[in-house]
Amino acid sequence: MYKILKYSIFDLLRSRWSYVYFLFYLLLGFVLLFLNNDLSKAVITLMNIILVLTPLIGSAFGVMYYYNSKEFTELLLAQPIRRNKIFFGQYTGISLSLTLSLVLGLGIPFVSYGLFRTSEIFDFTLLLIVGSFLNFIFVALSYNIALSTDNKIKGFGYAILMWLFLSVIYDGLFLISLLMFSDYPLDQFSLFATILNPIDLSRILILLKLDISALLGYTGAVFRKFFGTGLGMILSLTALSLWVVFPLLLMRRKFNRKDF
Amino acid sequence: MRIFLFLFVIMGVSLHAKTIEVCSDCDINTIKEAISVSENGDTILVNTGIYRESNIKISKEIHLIGKNSPVVDGENKETIFIVNANNFSISGFTIKNVGKSYVKDYAALLVSKSKYFTITNNKFENVFFGVLIEKSHFGIIRNNHITGIAKDEANSGNGLHMWHSSNMRVELNYVSGLRDGIYLEFVKKSSISNNTSENNIRYGLHFMFSNDDEYHHNEFINNGAGVAVMFSKYIEMHHNTFQYNWGMASYGLLLKEIYDAQIENNYFVQNTIGINVENCSRVNYVNNSFIRNGWAVKFSGGCYKNIFELNNFMNNSFDLSYNSQLNDNRFEGNYWSEYTGYDLDDNGIGDVPYRPVKLFSYVVNQTPEALVLLRSLFVDIINFSEKVSPVFTPNNLMDTKPVMIRVNDRN
Repeated sequence: MYKILKYSIFDLLRSRWSYVYFLFYLLLGFVLLFLNNDLSKAVITLMNIILVLTPLIGSAFGVMYYYNSKEFTELLLAQPIRRNKIFFGQYTGISLSLTLSLVLGLGIPFVSYGLFRTSEIFDFTLLLIVGSFLNFIFVALSYNIALSTDNKIKGFGYAILMWLFLSVIYDGLFLISLLMFSDYPLDQFSLFATILNPIDLSRILILLKLDISALLGYTGAVFRKFFGTGLGMILSLTALSLWVVFPLLLMRRKFNRKDF
Repeated sequence: MRIFLFLFVIMGVSLHAKTIEVCSDCDINTIKEAISVSENGDTILVNTGIYRESNIKISKEIHLIGKNSPVVDGENKETIFIVNANNFSISGFTIKNVGKSYVKDYAALLVSKSKYFTITNNKFENVFFGVLIEKSHFGIIRNNHITGIAKDEANSGNGLHMWHSSNMRVELNYVSGLRDGIYLEFVKKSSISNNTSENNIRYGLHFMFSNDDEYHHNEFINNGAGVAVMFSKYIEMHHNTFQYNWGMASYGLLLKEIYDAQIENNYFVQNTIGINVENCSRVNYVNNSFIRNGWAVKFSGGCYKNIFELNNFMNNSFDLSYNSQLNDNRFEGNYWSEYTGYDLDDNGIGDVPYRPVKLFSYVVNQTPEALVLLRSLFVDIINFSEKVSPVFTPNNLMDTKPVMIRVNDRN
C-alpha cells in the first residue's frame, strides 16, 4: 500500500494541478493578510473560502484523478497486488497531496505574518483540520461516484451535483423546513441536521470557536452546550471521521465487486 | 440694603466657621462626635485611619474632608452616611462594607432631600448601593470610584442611584461590579459625562422616566446588557463608547419608548446588538460608528420618523434588522462596508442605492433558529437574489446616497 501511496503522491506532485492549487492558497493567504493585516478577520474570510472550495476541489480532483489514472490502475490490477492496497493507496495519495497543498499554501503566509505570536493559532489550526477533513471526505465521496460510472462526463457531473447538494441545496431544504415547522421546537432538529452534513458541521464548529455563538440566542446556547465543550468537540470530530469512514467502506465494497 | 445683608451673612458665616479635626488620638475620635459638635458651615477634617462607624446622620451644612484617604468601615451593617442637608460636601474618603438587605436599600452614602452638595474624590468599596440620591437637586458627583461584588440581579444594588432629582452633574466616575452602574429614575436636566462603567451585571447606565438629560464621553464596557434608556424624552447621547457587551441577550444600547432624542458621535464596537430600538420616534442618529457587532441596529416595531445620517456601518454580521414591511425611517448618506456599488461621477456618493436589510436577517427575525445557517453559501445566494429584486424586505428601505468612504472615523 505504501508503495502505491508513494507512486500516487509522486505522480500528483509532478502534476501541474497540485502546484496550481498550492499556489492559489499561497497567493490567497498573502493577499488576505496584505489587505487587512488582521489575523482574526482573515480567519473568518478564509473560513468562507475553505468551506466552499475544498469540497469542490476535492470532488473534482478525485473524479479527475480516478479517470486519468484508470489505465495505470488496470495495469496494477493485473499484478499480484490486493485491490484494497491499490485503491486505498491511491485514495490516501490524492487526499494527502490536496491536504498538503492546503496546509502549506495557507500555513506559509500565516506563519510569516506572525501566527505563532497570536492567540489565533487555535482557530487557524481548527480551520486547517476542518479543511483537511473536508478533503478526505469529498475525495472519498467522489471516488465512490467515479467507481460507479465509467462515463467520464457523467461521473464529473454527479460529483459537481453532489457538491452542489451538500453546500447549497441541503441548506436550502434545511432553511425551508425550519420555516415550515417554526411552530415546533427546532433546536434538536437543527443540531441533528447540522451533523448530517459535513460542510454545515465544519461551518458551525468554526463559527462557535469565533464566538459568533452569542448571536445565536437560544439555539446558540444549545449548540454551544453541545459543541463548545471538550466532549462536543470530540463528538463533532468523530462525526467528521465517520463521514470519512462510511464512504470508504462503501468504496471498498464497490471496488471489490467491480468488474474492470 | 440687600448687599449689606448679603455681606453681613457672609461675614457671619465666616466668623463662625471652624475646622474640627478627627483622628484616632485626638479629643474627637469619631466622625459622629465631630458632627454632633459642628455647626452650619464648619469643616470636619478626618485624618487617616480606620473608623468603624455606620448610620452617620448629617443634617447640617458641613464639609467633610478626608485627609490621606481615611477608611470608614460600615462592617456590613447598614447605610453608612445619611445626608439631609444643603450646601454639603464630602471628599477624600474610602467608604466600604455596606450592609446587604432584601428590604432596605442600604447605601454607602444616602443623600435625601438636599440641594447644592458635592461628592468628590471618594472611593466606595464593597457596596450594596454606592451613592443613593433621592429628591435632591443641584448636586455634583465627581471623580468617585465605586466598586461592588454583585453576583446576581436579585441581591445587588446600583453604583450611583438617583431618584426624583434634577440638575445633577455626574462626571469622571468609575463604576464596576454592581447591578446597574448608574441608574436614573425621574431625574431631569442632568448631565452624565466622562464616566466609565464596566463589568456590571445588568446595565452600565439605566434611564427610566428621565427627561431632558444628556450623557456624553462615557465608556460602557462589558456590562450584562450595555446601556438602557427607557420611557424618556429629549435625551442627548453623544461621544460615548459602547464596547464588548457580548452575550445571549446583550446590547450596546437599548432604547425603549424614547422620543425626540439625539444620538451622535457614538462608538458601538463588538456588541451582540449595537442598538435595539423599540417604539422610538423622532430620534436622530448622526455620525455614529457601528463596528463588528452582531446586529448593528435592530428595530422591533413602532418606530417612526427616525433619521440615520452619516453613520459608519462596518463589518457587522447584520447591519439592520427590521420586522415590518412598513418603513417610515430615513437612511441617508451612511457608509456601509458591505456596499458593492460604484461611483462613476466621482462625487463620493454611490450611484446605486444600498439596501441594509438582508433577506436572511428577515428570515432570522421570523425563525431565530435559522441563524444556524449564518455564513453558508446558500444564504449568500438568497441574500444576493433579494438584493437584486426585493420581495420580503420593505421596498423603500434603502440608503439612496450611500457614501463611498468612511465618515469622520476616529481611527
